Parts: sequence; structure tokens; C-alpha cells
Amino acid sequence: MSTPTPPGLRTRVESLGGSFLSVLEQAGAFLLLFLAILRRLPVLFARPRLVAAQVHFLGNYSLAIILVSGLFVGLVLGLQGYYTLRRYGSEEALGLLVALSLVRELGPVVTALLFAGRAGTALTAEIGLMKAGEQLSAMEAMAVDPVARVLAPRLAGGLIAVPVLATLFSAVGIMGGWLVGVGLIGVDQGAFWSQMSGGVAFYDDVLNGLVKAIVFGLVVTQIALYFGYSARPTPEGVSRATTATVVVGSLAVLGLDFVLTALMFSGF
Amino acid sequence: MQAKINLAVGAFLVLGLLGMLFLALKVSNLMGASVPKGYQVYALFDDIGGLKPSSAVRSAGVLVGRVQSIDFDDQRYQARVTLLLDGNVKFPKDSSAQILTSGLLGEKYIGLQPGAETDMLASNDRIVMTQSAVVLENLISQFLYNRSSSEPSGSAPTAGQSDSLGLPGLK
Amino acid sequence: MSPSSPLVFSNVCFGYGMRPVIDSLSLEVKAGEVLAIMGGSGVGKTTLLRLMTGLVASSSGSVSVFNQSLSGVSHQDLFAVRRRMGLLFQFGALFTDLSCFENVAFPLREHTTLSEQMIQDIVLLKLESVGLRGAAQLMPSEISGGMARRVALARAIALDPELILYDEPFAGLDPISLGVTARLIRRLNDALGASSVVVTHDVAETFAIADRIAVLAPGKAGARLVAVGEPTSLRESQDPYLRQFLKGEEDGPVGFHYPAPNLSDSFFGKASRP
Repeated sequence: MSTPTPPGLRTRVESLGGSFLSVLEQAGAFLLLFLAILRRLPVLFARPRLVAAQVHFLGNYSLAIILVSGLFVGLVLGLQGYYTLRRYGSEEALGLLVALSLVRELGPVVTALLFAGRAGTALTAEIGLMKAGEQLSAMEAMAVDPVARVLAPRLAGGLIAVPVLATLFSAVGIMGGWLVGVGLIGVDQGAFWSQMSGGVAFYDDVLNGLVKAIVFGLVVTQIALYFGYSARPTPEGVSRATTATVVVGSLAVLGLDFVLTALMFSGF
Repeated sequence: MQAKINLAVGAFLVLGLLGMLFLALKVSNLMGASVPKGYQVYALFDDIGGLKPSSAVRSAGVLVGRVQSIDFDDQRYQARVTLLLDGNVKFPKDSSAQILTSGLLGEKYIGLQPGAETDMLASNDRIVMTQSAVVLENLISQFLYNRSSSEPSGSAPTAGQSDSLGLPGLK
Repeated sequence: MSPSSPLVFSNVCFGYGMRPVIDSLSLEVKAGEVLAIMGGSGVGKTTLLRLMTGLVASSSGSVSVFNQSLSGVSHQDLFAVRRRMGLLFQFGALFTDLSCFENVAFPLREHTTLSEQMIQDIVLLKLESVGLRGAAQLMPSEISGGMARRVALARAIALDPELILYDEPFAGLDPISLGVTARLIRRLNDALGASSVVVTHDVAETFAIADRIAVLAPGKAGARLVAVGEPTSLRESQDPYLRQFLKGEEDGPVGFHYPAPNLSDSFFGKASRP
């Protein structure tokens, strides 16, 4: 035996290796669950009611927070944008600034973050508690596939709800920017809208933002479902799972945002 | 209960659609990108600067068309810009096209100045008189060049370039 | 092994990783009978139920339900088997987001294409048979535990199963509910012409309704079957574990004390710290 490693160092390295392996394991389980749900999505076309119920639960119930947040973000963008643009004598570009910021970035990203916090945690807690109360096992024992009956509709619901919410966030934000810029500060109404429509491209900006929202919706919802499904059936387990949904979901959104932005907007 | 959910979800989706329409029509230039009953003409430029496809084509400040596409002509080593003009508007054959900037941070657009001929531009005609975009580096080097050569003799600007301060002038 | 046995265990072993839970169990459920499986807490009774429904797979030996072996069974065949069984979970496991009516209607909606009117009739009939037709519109959170379990029972028999499995149906019930539940199990079994397996450790009620009783005892290699027979023959048995279990004696093969160091060591010696 060569020189023995000090015990503190060895245990620390061991635990590092252990956590790395467990993260890999979790990532693998996550991917397997995702594929399992994807395989069951086509069946949902025959059961639109299940999906509609989830779009209602995830989308309609998040509407309030999304609209209010969108308005506030738009108001702040209008204010901050004005003060910055004024230094270069370009106040008239305020509409353009607000619209591009929202449509390309803030709309999809902030919506996804808020969604992870509001709807994602609700999903995780719901699935975790269903699992703890043996409802999912009961379903299986009744020859009903819980992944198809419970998880797949929720993924579809999130996939539909998030892009709609992101669109509304951007729209309301732009109106908030208009309220502050044109209404409060007095930027020229015509310049506000014409510079905006001149500079915002539908395919490159609006649609790319929509694609981002779709990707974020898929990822955040899947993360929420995974942590709920794999939660320990105890109060602590469910609590940890909801925290994980928010943390991992938010980081995933921000990381993916960078990747997608680099892919989509690097041409400029 | 199911009916209430269906109604709420339907309203949600309609709201989303309205938002998307707002973003498409008012916020971005989706409708503006298509000019009805248009005809195409093209023009050659030495330098297009930041001109992009779907940039505006204006005459007397009014939108009369859009830039359809921008290609590189490797015979003449110039930029070939295809313009889609509004079918209701006719321009004389000797009209000129300049690449201008709107506002300080604004984007490039094409300004059309009408000529004096009686024959009008037809589809696939070429606009002969063009003025390229102002490129800052050329401007600075011209300025310095003109200053340094203003003592001996002010040399005339080379063909194809604008005069010393980049003011629009015909080629 | 009669061909009409709905459920047969042949030398079934099961364990979680290194820990053996069931040791070479062989058991057969006769058609039309109520079989009770009894044993102390944690001996593996719930595990047996999970083996029966295919929720877990045995490590060796075979479990066959309706003459279909569950080892390596295909998804479709497993689901086909499960549709003929009803499983009542320990605390009901009702779907909390659905009303009692919707809970009972769930298997009908998922597995049949019956009209809404028919479904309504069947659901109300099932609820009637457990005495809860009046509670149809209530949510699971609005009814007591005993009632929830009865609704779950109605749900378990919604498709008229041939084999009904009960996981601790008497746990935590008051005397009236105990009697009601026990009688329901017997009545439903006979009315449906089904066979029932009741996993429980409630001696009194079980002896009243079961045709046969199987008793599990813990062992080093997992739980093993100590006795299978009719209630009367079990009462006369001389097996020490059986006597301790049936009489509820404090000490016997299942010791009173959890393994601990020597008494004097705990109080006076090195092992005084817990």
C-alpha cells in the first residue's frame, strides 16, 4: 500500500464521486420518464378533456400572476429604457427597445420562471401526494397506466399553456411600456409604434421567442413531473421535491435560454 | 363542470391568439412585409451598409415598397438589391436610389428620387443611378485625405464615391 | 392444483436486495372462497398482495392468476388479468380530485364504452351495495375513513371482478364499521360468485367470515406459512406461534424485548450510553 490518504480527504472525494453518480442516475431516470411520457402523448388526441383540464389548471390559474408581472415588467422597461435612450437622444426607439426585450427574452424566460414557481410546484406536490396516497398504485392495479392517465396530460397541458402565457406576458408588457412611455413620459406615439414595427421581425423575433417558450414549457413541466413522481412519500420528501422543481427548473430555463439565444440570434 | 372548464380553456386560447395577433400585426411588421400587386426592379450598389431584406423603400418619406432580396453580383462585384414596389406607384426610368439612415440609431432604408423621363420603370428594370450607404471608416479616411490634400490641390472624389462629406449626390 | 383456482402461489420467494421477505411460499386460493392471510405486522402480507397483482415480481417460483403466470408476463396480458381483479388498498386510495361517484365510475370509464346512463346506473348500484349511494356527490375529503374505504370497495367491484383482494380492510375501524365491513366482504364474495383474499391481523372478524385462514410467521429466510386451514382447526392447533398469535399472548416465539445488550451492562457497564 502506498502512502495512505488522509481520511478526511478520502471521504470527501468518495462523497463527491457518490454525488456525481447519483446525479447521473437521476438524469437517466429523468430521461427515461420523459421518453415514457412522450410515447403516450399521441393517445391524448383521443382524450382532449384530460388535456383541457390540465390547460385550465396550469394556464388559467397562472394567468393572474403572468398578466400582472408582465405589466410591471413592461412599466419598468419603459422607465429604464427611456432614461438610458435619452442619453443618446434616441427616446423614439423606446417602443423598439421594450418590444424586442420582451419578445425575444423576457417574455419566454420570465414566464417560464414564474410558471416553474407557481404551476411547477403545484404539479410536483400533486403528483407526490398522489403517489404517497397510493393513488398511482391503485390506478395500476386497476389496469390503468398512470403515466398515460396522469402524467402525459399534464405535460401536454404545460406544453400548450406556457407559450400562450409567454405571448400574453409580452403583449401586456408592451402595453405597459406604452403606458409609461407615451402616456406618462410623453414619447411620440407614432414614433413609438412605427420604430417598433419597423424593427421587430415576425419570423426572427416573435416566432423565435415562441419557440423558446415552447421549449421552456416542455422542460419545466417535465422537471415538475419528474420530481413529483420520484418524491419520497413523506412530508419532507414532497417539500424537497417542490424545492427541487423550482431550483432545477429555473436553472434549466436560464441555461437553455443561453443556448437557444446563441443558436437563434447569432446571425445578427 | 366540464363545460365550465372547456369555456375557460377556450377563452384562454382565444386570449393567446389575440395576443399573438397583436404581436404579429402591431408590434412586428408581418403585414407590412407584403406589398400588394407589386412589381420588381433591381439596383446595384457598391456598399449596402446595414440594409436588410424587408427594409423599407421610401419616396418623399412615404413607404412605396420593400427590399425583397439582396444578392452579390460576382461579375461586377457589387451588391444587387431587388426592390418590390407598390403596383399603384410608377417611377421614371431615370429615378435614383440612395441608401439612407432613419434617425441616429435607426436602420437603413432606400430612398427613391424620381427622375425626369417620361418612360416609367417596368418590371425587372434596373435603377441605374445609385448612391451607396455611408460607411463611417470611408468617411473618416476621406475627411483626413481631403484635409491633407486641400493645400496642394483638392483632388476630385473618385468615381463611385460620394463627395467629401458623404452628402447625397448623384453618381 | 385445480384448474379453476383463480390464484396459485408455487414456491414463491421474494426479497428486497439482500433482505429476504418471503420464503418459498406455496398457497392456492379455491374458487368461491374467502381466504384470510394473517400474520404479525411487517411480516410481508402487503408484499404478498403486490405479488398477486403483479405490482412486484417474485425472485423465484411462480404466481399464477387465472391460470396466467405473472413472471415475464406481457403488459397486455397483465392488464387483462388485472381487469378481472379488484384490489382494495389499506386506506382506500381514492382519487382525491374526483367525487365518490367519479371514483367508482373510473374503471368503467377507462375500460368500457358504456353509455353515460349505464355508467350512472352501475355506479349507483355499486354504491348502494356498500350503503353509500347517498354520498355519491361528496368528495373523498368530506367523508370519514371508514366510508372512504367502502367507496374504494365499490370501486374495486365496479367491473364485477372474479378475485377481490383486501389489504387490511379492518385497520382502524370502529366496532360498527368493523362488523359492516366484514359482512360486506362475505356478502359481496357470495353475490358476485368471486373469490376473496383478505390480508389482515384482526382475529375476531376474520374468524367470523373466512372459509380458510393462512398464517404467516417471520423467519430468518423470510416469512413462511405456518398453518393453512379452516378456522376451527386453527383454533385447536398446538403450534406455539399460532397460539401466541391467536390468543394475543405477550411473550412466546415472538419475543417481547427488542434485542438489546445485557441489562447490567446497560445500567452499570460500558454499554450505558444508548
